Amino acid sequence: MAEISLTEQLRLLSEQAKALAAQASEAAASAGDQAVVAPPPAVIDVAGQIDPSVAGLTVFVLACFVGYYVVWRVTPALHSPLMAVTNAISSVIIVGALIAAGPAQMDFSSIMGFLAVILASVNIFGGFLVTQRMLSMFQKKKK
Amino acid sequence: MSGTISALLYLVSGVCFIMALRGLSSPETARQGNFFGMAGMVVAIGTTLALPSVLSYETIILGIVIGGAIGTLIARRIEMTALPQLVAAFHSLVGLAACFVAVAAFFKPEAYGIGVPGLPGAIGTASLIEMSLGLAIGAITFTGSIVAFGKLQGLVTGRPLVFPMQHPLNAVLGIVVFVMIGWLIADQNPTAFWLIFAVSLALGFLLILPIGGADMPVVVSMLNSYSGWAACGIGFTLSNSLLIVTGALVGSSGAILSYIMCKGMNRSFFNVILGGFGGETAAAAGGPGGDRSVKSGSAEDAAFIMDNASSVVIVPGYGMAVAQAQHALREMGDILKKGGVTVRYAIHPVAGRMPGHMNVLLAEANVPYDEVLELEEINRDFAQTDVAFVIGANDVTNPAAKTDPTSPIYGMPILDVEKAKTVLFVKRSMASGYAGVDNELFFRDNTMMLFGDAKKMCEEIVKSLEH
Repeated sequence: MAEISLTEQLRLLSEQAKALAAQASEAAASAGDQAVVAPPPAVIDVAGQIDPSVAGLTVFVLACFVGYYVVWRVTPALHSPLMAVTNAISSVIIVGALIAAGPAQMDFSSIMGFLAVILASVNIFGGFLVTQRMLSMFQKKKK
Repeated sequence: MSGTISALLYLVSGVCFIMALRGLSSPETARQGNFFGMAGMVVAIGTTLALPSVLSYETIILGIVIGGAIGTLIARRIEMTALPQLVAAFHSLVGLAACFVAVAAFFKPEAYGIGVPGLPGAIGTASLIEMSLGLAIGAITFTGSIVAFGKLQGLVTGRPLVFPMQHPLNAVLGIVVFVMIGWLIADQNPTAFWLIFAVSLALGFLLILPIGGADMPVVVSMLNSYSGWAACGIGFTLSNSLLIVTGALVGSSGAILSYIMCKGMNRSFFNVILGGFGGETAAAAGGPGGDRSVKSGSAEDAAFIMDNASSVVIVPGYGMAVAQAQHALREMGDILKKGGVTVRYAIHPVAGRMPGHMNVLLAEANVPYDEVLELEEINRDFAQTDVAFVIGANDVTNPAAKTDPTSPIYGMPILDVEKAKTVLFVKRSMASGYAGVDNELFFRDNTMMLFGDAKKMCEEIVKSLEH
C-alpha cells in the first residue's frame, strides 16, 4: 500500500517538477528580455555571475554547521568563557565600522562609523581580557 | 591592498575565530584558543585599515584607544560574580554598533559598494533587506540586553513584569517591523528606516521585561545569539564573508547555549521567552507549609557531621554567588580534604545566572576544575555520598521535579542530593526558590537546615573545623 502511494507521489512530484521547470525557463526568458531593456540591480545575474547574496548565503550556511559542531564540543565548565569570547569576536563588526569611519572628510555616516568603532573596541578589549582572566583561573589540582 | 588579498586575510581571521572556539573544548587548550581569537581580530582590523577607502587613521585610532581603554578598565575591575551583567552589557554594545553601521551604510551606500551604478544614493533590494534585518536585530539586542543588564544588576526588579495584552502587543510590533521593511524596500524611504529602528528598540525592551531573573541564563545566551545574527545581517549587507562567518559562529553558539539551558529546566524555549514564569505560581503557593517542622542546626553541628564523613559533595547555586561565599567555601573544602574527606562539587546546568557561572566562581576561588563535576557525571554518586552540602541552591535539588507531575518544575533534571545520607542546606530563610515551589527535602529526617548568610556560615564552619 504504502509503496504504491509512494510511487504515485513520486510521479506527481516529477510532473510538478516538470511544470515548474517549464515555468522557470519562461521566467528566465522574460527576465533575459527585461535585462536587455533595463538591467535590474544586482538581483539577476546577466553576465553569468553569482549574486553576492547567494555567495554570502553559502558561506553563512556552512559557517552555521561549523559553529554547531565546534560549540557542542565545548566543555560545559567553560560555557561562561565561551559567551565572553563569542561576545568579543562578534565585535568583528568593527570591520564595517572602520569602513564607515574611513573617508577623509567627516560627515554623518563617518561619525556613526566612529561611534561604532568606539563601541566595538570596548567589546574587543573587554571581551578578550575578561575571557583571559577567566581562563587563567581554571587550573588543575596541585599535586 | 587588492580585494583578493584582503578577502584571503579575512579568511585567515575567520579560521582563527573557529580555532578560538575549538580551544574551549578543554581547559588546557582554552587559553591558546583565546590567543587565536585575538590574532584573528588583529588580522581583521589590520586588513580593513589597509583598504584603499580607509584614510582617516587619526580618528580611527582615537576611537580604538578610547574604546580599548574603557574595555580594558572594565575587564580588569569587574568582580567575577558580576560576570552575567557584564556580558549582557557587552551584548548591548555589539547590538548598538551593528545599528550604527547599518545607519552609516544606509546614508552612504557608495562607501560600501552597495549602491546602484548610475543612481547616486540608491541601494539594491537585497542589500536593503539585509541591512534592515541587521538594523532590527541589532536594535532588539541593544535594548533587550539593557533590560537584562538592569535585571541582573538589580536596577530593574527581577520579578517577571507582566501586563495584559503583552504578547499581542509584541506580535503587532513585530508585524510593524516587517511592514516597514517592505516599505523600505519599495522606495528606500528614510522614515521607514528610522521607524524600523525605533520599533525594534521598543520591541527589545518589551520582549525581555516579562522574563524573570532566574531565566536570565537563557536570555543572556539568546541575546548572545542575536548579537551574532546582527553581525551576520551587516555582513550580508556589506558582502563581507568574515562578518557572515563570525556572525554565524556566534549566532549558533548562543542558540546552542539557550537550548542547553532550556533543557536544564525542562522547559521549551518559547515557554521561557514568553515569560511570566515564577510570578503567579509563587503568589499561589504562598508561604511554605507552615505546620511542618524542619530540623535546623548550627555551624558546629555541620562541622561535626562533615568532619566525620568520608565523602562530601558540595552543590552551589546562585545564593553562593550573591553572598560571595566561594572563597570561604573553598577554605572549608580544603580543611575537610586535609582531614581525609573526599570533597567534590556538583554543578547543575542552570545554576547561577549565566551558563557556566558556578564553574568560573569556583575556579576564581582556586578550586581545581577536576573536582568540579557536571550533573551527569556525579548524579549516580550521591547514593554513596555521606553529606550533600547545598549552598544557595534550591529548585535544582527538589525531588518534586521527579515525583509531582503538577509541579511547575516537573521533568527538570535535578541533582539527586536526596540520596545522600545527610543533606545540609545553607539558606537564608525558608522562602521557596525561583519556581515558587516548596522543597519537601527540607522536611526530611536526614536533612538539616543551616539558616544564615552563605559566606558567614562557611566561615563559621571553618572556625569550628579548626578547633
